[in-house]
Amino acid sequence: MKFTLSWLKDHLDTEASLNDVVEALTMIGLEVEGVSDPSAAIKPFTIARVLTADKHPNADKLRVLTVDDGRGGEPVQVVCGAPNARAGLVGVFAAPGTHIPGTGIDLAVGTIRGFESRGMMCSERELLMSEAHDGIIELPADAPVGTSFADYLGLGDPVIEIAITPNRPDCLGVRGIARDLAARGLGRLKPDTVEMVRGAYPCPVPVALRFPETAENACPVFAGRLVRGVRNGPSPKWLQDRLKAVGLRPISALVDITNYVSYDRGRPLHVYDAARLTGTVHARLGRAGESFLALDGKTYAVDETMTVIADDAGVLGLGGIIGGEASGSTEATTDVFIESAYFDPNRTARTGRKLGINSDARYRFERGVDPAFVLAGLELATMMVIELCGGEPSEAVMAGQPPVVVKVVDFPVSEVKRLSGLDLPIAEVRAVLEALGFGVAGFGHDLAVTVPSWRPDIEGKADLVEEVVRIIGLDAVRSTPLPRLASVSAKVLTPIQIRTRRAKRVLAAEGLVEAVTWSFVSEAQATLFGGGAPALKLANPISADMSDMRPSLIPGLVAAARRNADRGFGDLALFEVGQIFAGDRPEDQSTAATAIRRGTARLIGSGRHWSGASGPVTVYDAKADAFALLDALGFDVSKAQVVRTAPSWFHPGRSGTIQLGPQTVIGHFGELHPAVLEALDVAGPIVAAEIILEKIPQPKAKASKAKPVLAASDLMPVRRDFAFIVADDVEAARILKAAEGARKGLVGGVQVFDVFRGEHVGEGRKSVAIEVTLVPSEKTLTEEEIEAASQAIVAAVSKATGATLRG
Amino acid sequence: MSDLASLETEILAAVDGAADEAALEGVRVAALGKKGSISELLKTLGAMSPDERRTRGAAINEAKDRVAAAIADRRGVLRRAAIEARLSRETVDVTLPVRPGPLSEGRIHPISQVIDEITAIFADMGFSVAEGPDIETDHYNFTALNFPADHPAREMHDTFFFNPKEDGSRLLLRTHTSPVQIRTMISQPPPIRVVIPGRTYRCDSDATHTPMFHQVEGLVIDRSSHFGHLKWILEEFLKAFFEVDHVKTRFRPSFFPFTEPSMEVDVGCRRSGSEIRIGEGDDWLEILGCGMVHPNVIRNCGLDPDEVQGFAWGMGIDRIAMLKYGMPDLRAFFDADVRWLKHYGFRPLDLPNLLGGLTS
Repeated sequence: MKFTLSWLKDHLDTEASLNDVVEALTMIGLEVEGVSDPSAAIKPFTIARVLTADKHPNADKLRVLTVDDGRGGEPVQVVCGAPNARAGLVGVFAAPGTHIPGTGIDLAVGTIRGFESRGMMCSERELLMSEAHDGIIELPADAPVGTSFADYLGLGDPVIEIAITPNRPDCLGVRGIARDLAARGLGRLKPDTVEMVRGAYPCPVPVALRFPETAENACPVFAGRLVRGVRNGPSPKWLQDRLKAVGLRPISALVDITNYVSYDRGRPLHVYDAARLTGTVHARLGRAGESFLALDGKTYAVDETMTVIADDAGVLGLGGIIGGEASGSTEATTDVFIESAYFDPNRTARTGRKLGINSDARYRFERGVDPAFVLAGLELATMMVIELCGGEPSEAVMAGQPPVVVKVVDFPVSEVKRLSGLDLPIAEVRAVLEALGFGVAGFGHDLAVTVPSWRPDIEGKADLVEEVVRIIGLDAVRSTPLPRLASVSAKVLTPIQIRTRRAKRVLAAEGLVEAVTWSFVSEAQATLFGGGAPALKLANPISADMSDMRPSLIPGLVAAARRNADRGFGDLALFEVGQIFAGDRPEDQSTAATAIRRGTARLIGSGRHWSGASGPVTVYDAKADAFALLDALGFDVSKAQVVRTAPSWFHPGRSGTIQLGPQTVIGHFGELHPAVLEALDVAGPIVAAEIILEKIPQPKAKASKAKPVLAASDLMPVRRDFAFIVADDVEAARILKAAEGARKGLVGGVQVFDVFRGEHVGEGRKSVAIEVTLVPSEKTLTEEEIEAASQAIVAAVSKATGATLRG
Repeated sequence: MSDLASLETEILAAVDGAADEAALEGVRVAALGKKGSISELLKTLGAMSPDERRTRGAAINEAKDRVAAAIADRRGVLRRAAIEARLSRETVDVTLPVRPGPLSEGRIHPISQVIDEITAIFADMGFSVAEGPDIETDHYNFTALNFPADHPAREMHDTFFFNPKEDGSRLLLRTHTSPVQIRTMISQPPPIRVVIPGRTYRCDSDATHTPMFHQVEGLVIDRSSHFGHLKWILEEFLKAFFEVDHVKTRFRPSFFPFTEPSMEVDVGCRRSGSEIRIGEGDDWLEILGCGMVHPNVIRNCGLDPDEVQGFAWGMGIDRIAMLKYGMPDLRAFFDADVRWLKHYGFRPLDLPNLLGGLTS
């Protein structure tokens, strides 16, 4: 919403400065988005008269002028190159120090070919008024020397643009803004000047409402009046200036009047050339197949959800949105029919959106115009038509009734303090409300507040508190410390929040870099990673790359790895901890912690190094990430089963699933499947580990924070090595499990320290060497005891795996 | 010179001449070993008269002690020399670069870091962290929050929707974190003090908007908290978050469907070039929206707005991260360019807390 300061002063009797007005507007909720003062740039320029103009002795094209700048001092010497510079000319003078908008230069005292120049006579281009630069500006001889050129041009009317929140349709008219400012104490709201216009004859244009019962609220009132014998031409300069200042194009007096009332009162109107109307002008719902050519030059098809204005010949326009070309007023119009109606905000908004029409009328009707101003708006427009275009008015005609509902809110004044903390005298609360146009009845503390017809946003007590507080000023509310509920804050995070935070820190500490990627991926990416269900597809994705909710964090991270590789950073380790979606219910959303490594980005570092190159990433790097994470999250990794049943996007021979049992899968790790990498158009190797944080079992709450006593033996542990020959497909885990279980309580740990395949071992077989640590608990082990334990270990491993001890 | 004296001289010369510990040991055995030359002399004492033994014995023993001391000294010298030689052999080029460890390579994304900072501040003020699903119902995202049926935000133009279900309802991606206000109010009784960080989505993609972004929301519901408390909380938060001693705020009336009264908050700042300094200067920067929870919203959660009251606020996490840490472009947050992540990211152990200042 734009308006000028002088326009505001039509309604507001005030001495306030522009700055005061701007400051107050923002502080009462009418946020100022911009102030443009068209005169600001040419404010320093003054009108001056050239007294003498002599040819410069040292230059053919220059003249040396003496200029009367109107300040009453000595004439000022100016060197000037303009061909029209001559004695007696009245023009525009810039003193030294003035910023010249056309050149961007601050004028300085200069010496030109030996003569000092103490100012400049300006061209239009130098003031950015036009491109003219053939000579200096010539003003009429009686232009007042010494006065501001801006004032002389009448440019002293600053334009203010404010943002209007959707709850304030009343401020889509200048008078509403003036009312708010007056309530704030910035002046006095001037009395309204709208008067009843006495019609000279019955209106010859009949009007009607033709809606089905279910849509009567679409247009509850439709009023109008004929003015005959008007002369429609350009509107007067003051009106054109105001419209231009707020960004509207003057068209003709009749159209300009409707635009003026729209901005002055937030009351949109429409004018028809009565000669182009047929029969009864009426409002009704559109019909399929109807269309009309609108004033914006486009043809719109209407339908039965839309309110149209029609006559007996067909659709004239869309009610509350835009009028039609065929019935519009022109320079030739002599009889004008002025329409003032009320259109339902919701239907207006829907129609406007459907057709993509943004008009000043729609903007106002969809927010809710003052239903009590339907007739007054008609009177105001009639008065202006008679004044600017002449003519003779008919009586007004009206179909339906304005939907004015009197709303009364019971308002205990204590509500102000309860919600805002602001303790105000009752009289002050009453005064604010009354200044805003509320009716205030009741005595003492309990008020009955009648809501003015122009405030559809006011529903209850809280709204009235807002009115009082915003006018008194939010600054008046003192900051009040919020009392603590406890002296030391209790734990504020849920277990999953704690896991999420810790997972990020652990993965970063593993040398991975955290990325945040989109929650949506392409359909192809989703499908590759087990997603792509119809329920998780967006109906209106912003692009095809972002159509499906992600089933895994891996595709987003792989795509990120690819972008980085394309930039020349191929060795990289990324992670993300974020939401993944298995379905559209809240319980289908879970939190994945996912790490990927590409190229040689291993834990020890990446790329070549004098101490040894790191080599390509392997499944074991991903497994290490997964286990580091699980361990740091307090999960006993010795309880985890690692099985070879990872999902299809992993290399089937180089991947694993981490689970507690087939029903409790915690996550997966492995090298990504070459076909998946190819589908994602990225080169490998890439390994990934994905852990679902919700799936990690929550440790049972313990009664005490104390840890069990450490049972550390003073006796020396004994280590023995065993090399087993087993079939190639025997998993190391089986050997370890058998060895660990061979002598419970004695075997303290088992390590695989060598895995070997080759001729010595034989085709289809491998050698797995383990180191077993025996931990004595009561006394030092004898050789016999150690030997017995060793035999038990060999027997257990052989029984479990068919292994033989390597000779 | 006596035989003893010449023997001693001879042995001491041999000690001095021993080139290494093995040679020295040979000298020791030759002199002091069981059959060593001095040991042999001592054996001759038994055949002597007591007087002769007294003088001769003392002399031999003194010579023995001197030899032993000389050997010990020589051994010390040889040991030091051997260590010196070893150290010299073992010298390496310490200017060779080492591999950076994982703690130097890893980074935390600024969004995670800022969420941790926000959590640290509000935890200190007694707030818990609440969360909710990204895929929401129309009810939680709009209706319960007092959005009118025809509100433009409900259009496909602004909100990501899923395809309609058989019953005609359709789910959406939450456009703000406010649905979690509703979920919190219906699941726990007042007093409520929560902050709600999370991902949010709107159909928007240009230089300053991304279709996914992050918000943090706060909610206080009890029997007495009013706008003055809200003002205090936000002022304290802004000071703590931007780590400045003073911050100027300006509360402007505004409008949101779910609060009444509603306010936007500007924070005092100084702009110089592309840099914005919070806590200085005379410019204003809009930073968040807030207000008293609308009575309809309280009612929609089964509570009585005449009995309980409270306030809520919301702001963009990405945006305040940009303001604090100076990233110029929102879109880069989600591009995962390792150069950006390494530059603007935080080190794994940079854990925000209030003990040493959020960013110490």
